[in-house]
Amino acid sequence: MSQYKLIHCTINGKEVEKMVDVRASLTDMLRDDYHLTSVKKGCEVGECGACNVLIDGEAFNSCIYLAVWAEGKHIETLEGLLSPEGELSDIQRSFVEETAIQCGFCIPGFIMTAVEILNTGKLYTDDQLRRLLSGHLCRCTGYENIFRAVKKTMYRRHGKPIDF
Amino acid sequence: MYDMKALYEALSVEDAIALRIEHPEAQIIAGGSDVLVQMREGRRAGKELISIYMIDALRGVSIDEAENLRIGSLTSFSHITRDPLIQRYCNVLGEAVDQVGSPQIRNVGTIGGNTCNGVTSADSASTLHAWEAIVELTGRGGVRRVPIKDFYIKAGTVDIKPDEIQTAILIPKASYENTCGHYIKYGLRNAMEIATLGCSVNVRLSADKQTIERCRIAYGVAGPVPMRCPSAEAVANGAKPTKALARDFARAVLDDINPRDSWRASKAFRQHIAVEMAKRALAESVKLAGGELA
Ligand SMILES: Cc1cc2nc3c(=O)[nH]c(=O)nc-3n(C[C@H](O)[C@H](O)[C@H](O)COP(=O)(O)OP(=O)(O)OC[C@H]3O[C@@H](n4cnc5c(N)ncnc54)[C@H](O)[C@@H]3O)c2cc1C
Ligand code: FES
Ligand code: FES
Repeated sequence: MSQYKLIHCTINGKEVEKMVDVRASLTDMLRDDYHLTSVKKGCEVGECGACNVLIDGEAFNSCIYLAVWAEGKHIETLEGLLSPEGELSDIQRSFVEETAIQCGFCIPGFIMTAVEILNTGKLYTDDQLRRLLSGHLCRCTGYENIFRAVKKTMYRRHGKPIDF
Repeated sequence: MYDMKALYEALSVEDAIALRIEHPEAQIIAGGSDVLVQMREGRRAGKELISIYMIDALRGVSIDEAENLRIGSLTSFSHITRDPLIQRYCNVLGEAVDQVGSPQIRNVGTIGGNTCNGVTSADSASTLHAWEAIVELTGRGGVRRVPIKDFYIKAGTVDIKPDEIQTAILIPKASYENTCGHYIKYGLRNAMEIATLGCSVNVRLSADKQTIERCRIAYGVAGPVPMRCPSAEAVANGAKPTKALARDFARAVLDDINPRDSWRASKAFRQHIAVEMAKRALAESVKLAGGELA
Protein backbone atom coordinates (compact mmCIF):
# COMPACT_ATOMS: atom_id res chain seq x y z
CA MET A 1 0.00 0.00 0.00
CA SER A 2 1.53 3.26 -1.07
CA GLN A 3 1.49 6.25 1.21
CA TYR A 4 1.88 9.80 -0.09
CA LYS A 5 2.32 13.22 1.42
CA LEU A 6 1.99 16.71 -0.01
CA ILE A 7 5.10 18.78 0.62
CA HIS A 8 6.07 22.41 -0.02
CA CYS A 9 9.62 23.64 -0.35
CA THR A 10 11.82 25.78 -2.56
CA ILE A 11 14.15 24.17 -5.06
CA ASN A 12 16.81 26.46 -6.50
CA GLY A 13 14.79 29.45 -5.39
CA LYS A 14 11.50 28.33 -6.89
CA GLU A 15 8.54 27.46 -4.67
CA VAL A 16 7.19 24.03 -5.40
CA GLU A 17 4.47 21.71 -4.11
CA LYS A 18 4.59 17.98 -4.69
CA MET A 19 2.93 14.73 -3.71
CA VAL A 20 5.78 12.47 -2.65
CA ASP A 21 5.89 8.79 -1.82
CA VAL A 22 6.94 8.60 1.84
CA ARG A 23 9.45 5.88 0.89
CA ALA A 24 11.31 8.25 -1.45
CA SER A 25 14.70 9.68 -0.62
CA LEU A 26 15.36 13.31 -1.45
CA THR A 27 17.60 12.02 -4.27
CA ASP A 28 14.63 10.13 -5.72
CA MET A 29 12.48 13.25 -5.57
CA LEU A 30 15.04 15.62 -7.08
CA ARG A 31 15.96 13.27 -9.92
CA ASP A 32 12.63 11.66 -10.75
CA ASP A 33 10.19 14.51 -10.13
CA TYR A 34 12.40 17.49 -11.00
CA HIS A 35 14.95 15.96 -13.40
CA LEU A 36 17.81 17.51 -11.44
CA THR A 37 20.30 14.94 -12.64
CA SER A 38 23.32 16.65 -11.11
CA VAL A 39 22.20 14.79 -7.98
CA LYS A 40 23.90 11.44 -8.52
CA LYS A 41 23.18 8.03 -7.11
CA GLY A 42 26.53 6.65 -6.01
CA CYS A 43 26.67 4.51 -2.90
CA GLU A 44 23.20 5.48 -1.58
CA VAL A 45 24.42 4.90 1.98
CA GLY A 46 25.92 8.28 2.83
CA GLU A 47 29.55 7.51 2.08
CA CYS A 48 30.48 9.03 -1.28
CA GLY A 49 28.84 12.47 -1.40
CA ALA A 50 27.69 12.17 -5.04
CA CYS A 51 24.10 13.00 -4.05
CA ASN A 52 25.06 16.04 -1.97
CA VAL A 53 22.75 19.10 -2.01
CA LEU A 54 22.34 22.14 0.20
CA ILE A 55 19.39 22.24 2.58
CA ASP A 56 18.95 25.63 4.23
CA GLY A 57 22.56 26.32 3.31
CA GLU A 58 24.08 23.13 4.80
CA ALA A 59 25.42 20.15 2.83
CA PHE A 60 23.43 16.91 3.11
CA ASN A 61 23.73 13.58 1.35
CA SER A 62 20.25 13.45 -0.17
CA CYS A 63 20.36 9.64 -0.47
CA ILE A 64 19.93 9.30 3.29
CA TYR A 65 17.38 12.08 3.67
CA LEU A 66 13.66 11.41 3.35
CA ALA A 67 11.87 13.43 0.67
CA VAL A 68 9.09 14.28 3.16
CA TRP A 69 11.66 16.10 5.31
CA ALA A 70 11.98 18.68 2.53
CA GLU A 71 8.80 20.31 3.88
CA GLY A 72 9.49 24.02 4.44
CA LYS A 73 13.15 23.76 3.41
CA HIS A 74 15.24 25.63 0.86
CA ILE A 75 16.99 23.13 -1.36
CA GLU A 76 19.80 23.97 -3.75
CA THR A 77 21.39 21.76 -6.36
CA LEU A 78 24.18 22.38 -8.83
CA GLU A 79 21.62 23.44 -11.45
CA GLY A 80 20.81 26.46 -9.27
CA LEU A 81 24.35 27.85 -9.54
CA LEU A 82 23.99 28.98 -13.15
CA SER A 83 23.22 32.67 -13.64
CA PRO A 84 19.94 33.54 -15.38
CA GLU A 85 21.99 34.01 -18.56
CA GLY A 86 23.31 30.49 -18.19
CA GLU A 87 26.83 31.45 -17.11
CA LEU A 88 28.88 29.31 -14.76
CA SER A 89 29.47 30.50 -11.20
CA ASP A 90 32.98 31.31 -9.95
CA ILE A 91 33.44 27.92 -8.29
CA GLN A 92 32.35 26.07 -11.43
CA ARG A 93 34.75 28.16 -13.53
CA SER A 94 37.59 27.31 -11.16
CA PHE A 95 36.86 23.59 -11.55
CA VAL A 96 37.15 24.02 -15.32
CA GLU A 97 40.30 26.15 -15.11
CA GLU A 98 42.03 23.72 -12.77
CA THR A 99 40.98 20.67 -14.83
CA ALA A 100 39.40 19.33 -11.67
CA ILE A 101 36.92 17.22 -13.63
CA GLN A 102 37.46 13.91 -15.36
CA CYS A 103 34.35 11.72 -15.61
CA GLY A 104 32.44 14.31 -13.59
CA PHE A 105 30.31 11.96 -11.53
CA CYS A 106 31.48 13.24 -8.14
CA ILE A 107 31.75 16.90 -9.16
CA PRO A 108 28.24 18.27 -8.47
CA GLY A 109 28.50 16.91 -4.92
CA PHE A 110 31.96 18.41 -4.42
CA ILE A 111 30.85 21.77 -5.78
CA MET A 112 27.83 21.99 -3.47
CA THR A 113 30.07 21.29 -0.47
CA ALA A 114 32.44 23.94 -1.82
CA VAL A 115 29.51 26.39 -1.91
CA GLU A 116 28.80 25.74 1.78
CA ILE A 117 32.50 26.21 2.58
CA LEU A 118 32.83 29.42 0.54
CA ASN A 119 29.63 30.91 1.92
CA THR A 120 31.06 30.88 5.45
CA GLY A 121 33.33 33.68 4.22
CA LYS A 122 36.27 32.17 6.14
CA LEU A 123 39.78 31.74 4.83
CA TYR A 124 40.67 28.14 5.71
CA THR A 125 44.11 26.59 5.94
CA ASP A 126 44.95 23.75 3.55
CA ASP A 127 44.45 21.18 6.29
CA GLN A 128 41.08 22.61 7.25
CA LEU A 129 40.01 22.69 3.62
CA ARG A 130 41.00 19.06 3.08
CA ARG A 131 38.99 18.05 6.13
CA LEU A 132 35.97 20.01 4.92
CA LEU A 133 36.14 18.21 1.56
CA SER A 134 36.56 14.77 3.11
CA GLY A 135 32.94 13.67 2.61
CA HIS A 136 33.41 13.05 -1.10
CA LEU A 137 34.95 10.22 -3.04
CA CYS A 138 36.43 10.80 -6.49
CA ARG A 139 37.70 7.78 -8.41
CA CYS A 140 39.33 9.82 -11.19
CA THR A 141 41.14 12.99 -10.28
CA GLY A 142 43.30 12.20 -7.27
CA TYR A 143 41.65 15.14 -5.48
CA GLU A 144 44.53 17.59 -5.91
CA ASN A 145 42.95 19.63 -8.70
CA ILE A 146 39.62 19.67 -6.88
CA PHE A 147 41.37 21.00 -3.81
CA ARG A 148 43.11 23.67 -5.91
CA ALA A 149 39.85 24.75 -7.53
CA VAL A 150 38.18 25.28 -4.17
CA LYS A 151 41.21 27.00 -2.68
CA LYS A 152 41.57 29.28 -5.67
CA THR A 153 37.93 30.39 -5.47
CA MET A 154 38.25 30.99 -1.74
CA TYR A 155 41.33 33.16 -2.26
CA ARG A 156 39.70 35.05 -5.14
CA ARG A 157 36.67 35.84 -3.04
CA HIS A 158 38.99 37.24 -0.39
CA GLY A 159 40.84 39.26 -3.03
CA LYS A 160 44.09 37.50 -2.10
CA PRO A 161 46.80 36.18 -4.37
CA ILE A 162 46.96 32.36 -4.39
CA ASP A 163 50.00 30.55 -3.03
CA PHE A 164 49.58 26.88 -3.92
CA MET B 1 12.88 4.22 -2.62
CA TYR B 2 13.30 2.73 0.78
CA ASP B 3 11.80 -0.61 1.66
CA MET B 4 9.58 0.90 4.32
CA LYS B 5 6.19 -0.37 5.42
CA ALA B 6 4.83 2.95 6.67
CA LEU B 7 6.02 6.32 7.96
CA TYR B 8 4.38 8.18 10.82
CA GLU B 9 5.48 11.76 11.32
CA ALA B 10 5.60 13.43 14.71
CA LEU B 11 5.60 17.23 14.84
CA SER B 12 5.78 17.45 18.63
CA VAL B 13 7.01 15.30 21.51
CA GLU B 14 3.34 14.56 22.39
CA ASP B 15 2.74 13.33 18.82
CA ALA B 16 5.77 11.09 19.08
CA ILE B 17 4.59 9.53 22.34
CA ALA B 18 1.09 8.97 20.96
CA LEU B 19 2.55 7.36 17.83
CA ARG B 20 4.82 5.14 19.94
CA ILE B 21 1.78 3.85 21.82
CA GLU B 22 -0.33 3.47 18.68
CA HIS B 23 2.37 1.66 16.66
CA PRO B 24 4.41 -0.48 19.06
CA GLU B 25 6.24 -2.21 16.20
CA ALA B 26 7.46 1.01 14.64
CA GLN B 27 11.05 2.23 15.03
CA ILE B 28 12.12 5.80 15.68
CA ILE B 29 14.02 7.66 13.02
CA ALA B 30 15.83 10.92 13.86
CA GLY B 31 18.46 12.02 11.32
CA GLY B 32 18.35 8.55 9.79
CA SER B 33 22.10 8.16 9.25
CA ASP B 34 21.97 4.77 10.99
CA VAL B 35 18.35 3.83 10.33
CA LEU B 36 18.21 4.57 6.59
CA VAL B 37 21.55 2.91 5.94
CA GLN B 38 20.36 -0.21 7.79
CA MET B 39 17.08 -0.10 5.87
CA ARG B 40 19.02 0.05 2.62
CA GLU B 41 21.23 -2.83 3.74
CA GLY B 42 18.13 -4.91 4.51
CA ARG B 43 18.64 -5.05 8.26
CA ARG B 44 15.60 -2.85 8.86
CA ALA B 45 13.81 -3.65 5.61
CA GLY B 46 10.01 -3.56 5.60
CA LYS B 47 9.73 -1.76 8.96
CA GLU B 48 7.38 0.99 10.05
CA LEU B 49 9.10 4.21 11.09
CA ILE B 50 8.13 7.06 13.37
CA SER B 51 9.97 10.16 12.20
CA ILE B 52 10.83 12.67 14.91
CA TYR B 53 13.15 14.67 12.63
CA MET B 54 10.65 17.52 12.17
CA ILE B 55 10.30 18.24 15.92
CA ASP B 56 12.24 21.51 15.96
CA ALA B 57 11.63 21.93 19.71
CA LEU B 58 14.24 19.17 20.24
CA ARG B 59 17.01 21.19 18.58
CA GLY B 60 19.46 23.54 20.25
CA VAL B 61 21.68 24.00 23.28
CA SER B 62 20.76 25.99 26.39
CA ILE B 63 21.41 26.32 30.11
CA ASP B 64 18.35 25.16 32.08
CA GLU B 65 17.02 26.41 35.43
CA ALA B 66 19.26 23.98 37.34
CA GLU B 67 22.26 25.28 35.35
CA ASN B 68 22.64 22.04 33.42
CA LEU B 69 23.97 22.35 29.92
CA ARG B 70 20.98 21.05 27.97
CA ILE B 71 21.41 19.62 24.48
CA GLY B 72 18.20 18.83 22.60
CA SER B 73 18.32 15.28 21.27
CA LEU B 74 17.90 16.33 17.63
CA THR B 75 20.78 18.80 17.70
CA SER B 76 23.11 17.89 14.85
CA PHE B 77 26.83 17.34 15.37
CA SER B 78 27.79 20.43 13.36
CA HIS B 79 25.44 22.60 15.42
CA ILE B 80 26.90 21.22 18.66
CA THR B 81 30.44 22.02 17.50
CA ARG B 82 29.49 25.57 16.50
CA ASP B 83 27.44 26.29 19.61
CA PRO B 84 28.88 29.05 21.86
CA LEU B 85 27.67 27.37 25.10
CA ILE B 86 29.32 24.09 24.12
CA GLN B 87 32.50 25.94 23.22
CA ARG B 88 32.48 27.66 26.56
CA TYR B 89 31.49 24.83 28.91
CA CYS B 90 32.17 21.53 27.20
CA ASN B 91 34.45 22.21 24.26
CA VAL B 92 35.63 18.61 24.14
CA LEU B 93 32.13 17.43 23.19
CA GLY B 94 32.14 19.78 20.20
CA GLU B 95 35.57 18.47 19.21
CA ALA B 96 34.54 14.82 19.66
CA VAL B 97 31.45 15.08 17.48
CA ASP B 98 33.47 17.01 14.90
CA GLN B 99 35.29 13.71 14.29
CA VAL B 100 32.16 11.88 13.15
CA GLY B 101 32.17 10.64 9.54
CA SER B 102 32.19 13.62 7.20
CA PRO B 103 30.80 17.17 7.07
CA GLN B 104 27.54 15.97 5.49
CA ILE B 105 27.09 13.27 8.14
CA ARG B 106 27.75 15.86 10.85
CA ASN B 107 24.97 18.03 9.39
CA VAL B 108 22.40 15.24 9.58
CA GLY B 109 23.49 13.01 12.49
CA THR B 110 22.04 13.83 15.90
CA ILE B 111 23.37 13.35 19.40
CA GLY B 112 20.16 11.51 20.28
CA GLY B 113 20.79 8.98 17.52
CA ASN B 114 24.43 8.66 18.53
CA THR B 115 23.42 7.56 22.05
CA CYS B 116 20.13 5.71 21.38
CA ASN B 117 21.88 3.39 18.92
CA GLY B 118 23.76 1.91 21.90
CA VAL B 119 26.95 1.71 19.87
CA THR B 120 30.28 1.60 21.72
CA SER B 121 32.18 3.40 18.94
CA ALA B 122 29.82 6.40 18.88
CA ASP B 123 32.08 9.45 18.95
CA SER B 124 30.00 11.35 21.52
CA ALA B 125 29.63 8.44 23.93
CA SER B 126 32.96 8.41 25.77
CA THR B 127 32.83 12.15 26.37
CA LEU B 128 29.24 11.96 27.63
CA HIS B 129 30.33 9.20 30.04
CA ALA B 130 33.34 11.18 31.19
CA TRP B 131 31.12 14.21 31.88
CA GLU B 132 28.51 12.11 33.72
CA ALA B 133 25.77 13.19 31.35
CA ILE B 134 22.12 12.65 32.22
CA VAL B 135 19.77 11.29 29.59
CA GLU B 136 16.29 12.79 29.54
CA LEU B 137 13.48 10.58 28.27
CA THR B 138 9.90 11.69 27.82
CA GLY B 139 6.96 9.29 27.79
CA ARG B 140 3.31 9.01 28.70
CA GLY B 141 4.05 9.48 32.40
CA GLY B 142 6.27 12.54 31.91
CA VAL B 143 10.02 13.00 32.08
CA ARG B 144 12.54 10.43 33.35
CA ARG B 145 16.21 11.16 33.89
CA VAL B 146 18.83 8.43 33.74
CA PRO B 147 22.60 8.68 34.27
CA ILE B 148 24.29 7.84 30.97
CA LYS B 149 26.07 4.89 32.58
CA ASP B 150 22.72 3.22 33.33
CA PHE B 151 21.21 4.23 29.99
CA TYR B 152 23.42 1.69 28.20
CA ILE B 153 22.17 -1.82 28.92
CA LYS B 154 24.23 -3.86 26.47
CA ALA B 155 25.65 -3.45 22.97
CA GLY B 156 22.89 -1.99 20.83
CA THR B 157 20.36 -1.80 23.68
CA VAL B 158 19.57 1.27 25.77
CA ASP B 159 16.97 2.05 28.41
CA ILE B 160 14.07 3.50 26.41
CA LYS B 161 10.57 2.37 27.36
CA PRO B 162 8.05 1.56 24.61
CA ASP B 163 6.23 4.89 25.05
CA GLU B 164 9.34 7.06 25.32
CA ILE B 165 11.69 9.05 23.17
CA GLN B 166 14.93 10.65 24.23
CA THR B 167 14.40 14.41 24.44
CA ALA B 168 17.67 15.83 25.77
CA ILE B 169 21.14 15.17 27.11
CA LEU B 170 22.14 17.18 30.15
CA ILE B 171 25.63 17.93 31.36
CA PRO B 172 25.37 18.85 35.06
CA LYS B 173 27.13 21.94 36.34
CA ALA B 174 29.06 19.71 38.75
CA SER B 175 30.68 18.15 35.66
CA TYR B 176 31.40 21.18 33.50
CA GLU B 177 32.27 23.79 36.10
CA ASN B 178 35.91 24.75 35.89
CA THR B 179 36.64 21.57 33.93
CA CYS B 180 38.64 21.01 30.73
CA GLY B 181 38.84 17.88 28.66
CA HIS B 182 40.28 16.28 25.56
CA TYR B 183 39.10 13.50 23.22
CA ILE B 184 41.33 11.32 21.07
CA LYS B 185 39.90 9.14 18.32
CA TYR B 186 42.17 6.46 16.97
CA GLY B 187 41.09 5.48 13.49
CA LEU B 188 42.69 3.89 10.48
CA ARG B 189 42.05 6.99 8.40
CA ASN B 190 41.36 10.62 9.18
CA ALA B 191 37.80 10.91 7.87
CA MET B 192 34.85 8.58 7.28
CA GLU B 193 36.13 6.17 9.85
CA ILE B 194 34.66 4.43 12.87
CA ALA B 195 36.91 4.62 15.93
CA THR B 196 39.25 1.72 16.65
CA LEU B 197 39.28 3.23 20.11
CA GLY B 198 38.06 6.56 21.53
CA CYS B 199 39.31 8.09 24.77
CA SER B 200 37.92 11.13 26.57
CA VAL B 201 39.59 12.65 29.64
CA ASN B 202 38.74 15.72 31.70
CA VAL B 203 40.25 17.34 34.77
CA ARG B 204 39.56 20.05 37.31
CA LEU B 205 42.69 21.56 38.83
CA SER B 206 43.06 23.38 42.12
CA ALA B 207 43.43 27.18 41.96
CA ASP B 208 47.23 26.93 42.13
CA LYS B 209 47.18 24.22 39.39
CA GLN B 210 49.22 21.91 41.65
CA THR B 211 46.52 19.31 42.34
CA ILE B 212 44.12 17.39 40.17
CA GLU B 213 40.94 17.83 42.19
CA ARG B 214 38.86 15.65 39.91
CA CYS B 215 39.63 13.49 36.94
CA ARG B 216 37.30 11.51 34.67
CA ILE B 217 38.19 9.12 31.88
CA ALA B 218 35.99 7.06 29.58
CA TYR B 219 36.47 4.95 26.46
CA GLY B 220 34.51 3.85 23.45
CA VAL B 221 35.31 0.44 21.89
CA ALA B 222 37.08 -0.71 25.06
CA GLY B 223 34.13 -2.97 25.81
CA PRO B 224 30.64 -3.75 24.48
CA VAL B 225 29.36 -0.37 25.66
CA PRO B 226 31.19 2.89 26.40
CA MET B 227 32.79 2.80 29.88
CA ARG B 228 34.41 4.85 32.62
CA CYS B 229 37.68 3.76 34.26
CA PRO B 230 37.27 4.00 38.03
CA SER B 231 40.73 2.57 38.83
CA ALA B 232 42.51 5.12 36.69
CA GLU B 233 40.37 7.96 38.05
CA ALA B 234 41.23 6.90 41.62
CA VAL B 235 44.94 7.16 40.79
CA ALA B 236 44.56 10.72 39.48
CA ASN B 237 42.02 12.16 41.90
CA GLY B 238 43.79 14.39 44.42
CA ALA B 239 47.21 13.73 42.91
CA LYS B 240 49.85 16.17 41.70
CA PRO B 241 49.90 16.53 37.90
CA THR B 242 53.28 14.97 37.13
CA LYS B 243 54.62 12.83 34.29
CA ALA B 244 54.95 9.90 36.69
CA LEU B 245 51.32 10.28 37.68
CA ALA B 246 50.28 10.33 34.03
CA ARG B 247 52.11 7.03 33.52
CA ASP B 248 50.50 5.37 36.54
CA PHE B 249 47.10 6.73 35.58
CA ALA B 250 47.45 5.43 32.04
CA ARG B 251 48.59 1.98 33.15
CA ALA B 252 45.66 1.71 35.55
CA VAL B 253 43.15 1.84 32.68
CA LEU B 254 44.13 -1.75 31.91
CA ASP B 255 42.39 -2.79 35.15
CA ASP B 256 39.16 -1.32 33.84
CA ILE B 257 38.89 -1.85 30.11
CA ASN B 258 37.99 -5.00 28.27
CA PRO B 259 38.52 -4.55 24.53
CA ARG B 260 38.11 -7.40 22.07
CA ASP B 261 39.73 -8.66 18.92
CA SER B 262 38.04 -7.46 15.76
CA TRP B 263 39.01 -7.06 12.13
CA ARG B 264 39.90 -3.45 12.88
CA ALA B 265 42.42 -4.25 15.61
CA SER B 266 43.44 -6.90 18.10
CA LYS B 267 42.71 -6.76 21.80
CA ALA B 268 46.42 -6.38 22.52
CA PHE B 269 46.72 -3.45 20.13
CA ARG B 270 43.70 -1.74 21.66
CA GLN B 271 45.16 -2.20 25.14
CA HIS B 272 48.45 -0.77 23.95
CA ILE B 273 46.95 2.36 22.41
CA ALA B 274 44.51 2.78 25.32
CA VAL B 275 47.45 3.43 27.65
CA GLU B 276 49.08 5.88 25.28
CA MET B 277 45.82 7.69 24.59
CA ALA B 278 45.06 8.05 28.30
CA LYS B 279 48.48 9.57 28.89
CA ARG B 280 48.18 12.05 26.02
CA ALA B 281 44.58 13.00 26.76
CA LEU B 282 45.46 13.63 30.42
CA ALA B 283 48.45 15.77 29.48
CA GLU B 284 46.34 17.82 27.08
CA SER B 285 43.49 18.20 29.59
CA VAL B 286 45.89 19.45 32.26
CA LYS B 287 47.33 21.91 29.74
CA LEU B 288 43.88 23.15 28.76
CA ALA B 289 43.11 23.63 32.46
CA GLY B 290 46.12 25.93 32.75
CA GLY B 291 48.51 23.44 34.36
CA GLU B 292 51.48 21.43 33.22
CA LEU B 293 52.74 17.90 33.90
CA ALA B 294 55.78 18.43 36.09
C1 LIG C 1 28.85 7.41 6.24
C2 LIG C 1 28.62 7.38 7.73
C3 LIG C 1 29.68 7.62 8.59
C4 LIG C 1 29.48 7.60 9.97
N1 LIG C 1 30.55 7.86 10.80
C5 LIG C 1 30.36 7.88 12.14
C6 LIG C 1 31.45 8.19 13.01
O1 LIG C 1 32.57 8.46 12.58
N2 LIG C 1 31.22 8.22 14.34
C7 LIG C 1 29.98 7.96 14.86
O2 LIG C 1 29.83 8.01 16.07
N3 LIG C 1 28.94 7.64 14.07
C8 LIG C 1 29.10 7.60 12.72
N4 LIG C 1 28.05 7.28 11.89
C9 LIG C 1 26.78 6.84 12.49
C10 LIG C 1 25.68 7.88 12.66
O3 LIG C 1 25.88 9.02 11.85
C11 LIG C 1 25.58 8.36 14.10
O4 LIG C 1 25.41 7.28 14.97
C12 LIG C 1 24.45 9.37 14.31
O5 LIG C 1 24.59 9.96 15.56
C13 LIG C 1 23.07 8.76 14.25
O6 LIG C 1 22.14 9.81 14.48
P1 LIG C 1 20.82 9.90 13.61
O7 LIG C 1 20.03 11.05 14.12
O8 LIG C 1 21.13 9.90 12.19
O9 LIG C 1 20.15 8.52 14.07
P2 LIG C 1 19.06 7.57 13.43
O10 LIG C 1 19.64 6.77 12.35
O11 LIG C 1 17.81 8.34 13.11
O12 LIG C 1 18.77 6.66 14.73
C14 LIG C 1 19.76 5.85 15.32
C15 LIG C 1 19.10 4.97 16.38
O13 LIG C 1 18.69 5.72 17.51
C16 LIG C 1 17.27 5.70 17.68
N5 LIG C 1 16.90 7.08 18.01
C17 LIG C 1 17.40 8.20 17.40
N6 LIG C 1 16.97 9.31 18.04
C18 LIG C 1 16.18 8.89 19.06
C19 LIG C 1 15.47 9.58 20.09
N7 LIG C 1 15.49 10.92 20.20
N8 LIG C 1 14.76 8.85 20.98
C20 LIG C 1 14.76 7.49 20.90
N9 LIG C 1 15.44 6.78 19.96
C21 LIG C 1 16.14 7.47 19.04
C22 LIG C 1 16.72 5.13 16.39
O14 LIG C 1 15.54 4.40 16.60
C23 LIG C 1 17.86 4.25 15.91
O15 LIG C 1 17.81 3.01 16.55
C24 LIG C 1 28.20 7.31 10.50
C25 LIG C 1 27.12 7.09 9.62
C26 LIG C 1 27.32 7.13 8.25
C27 LIG C 1 26.16 6.89 7.32
S1 FES D 1 24.97 8.45 -3.09
FE1 FES D 1 24.58 9.58 -1.32
S2 FES D 1 26.47 9.55 -0.30
FE2 FES D 1 26.80 8.20 -1.94
S1 FES E 1 35.79 13.00 -11.71
FE1 FES E 1 35.24 10.92 -11.92
S2 FES E 1 34.67 10.36 -9.90
FE2 FES E 1 35.44 12.34 -9.66
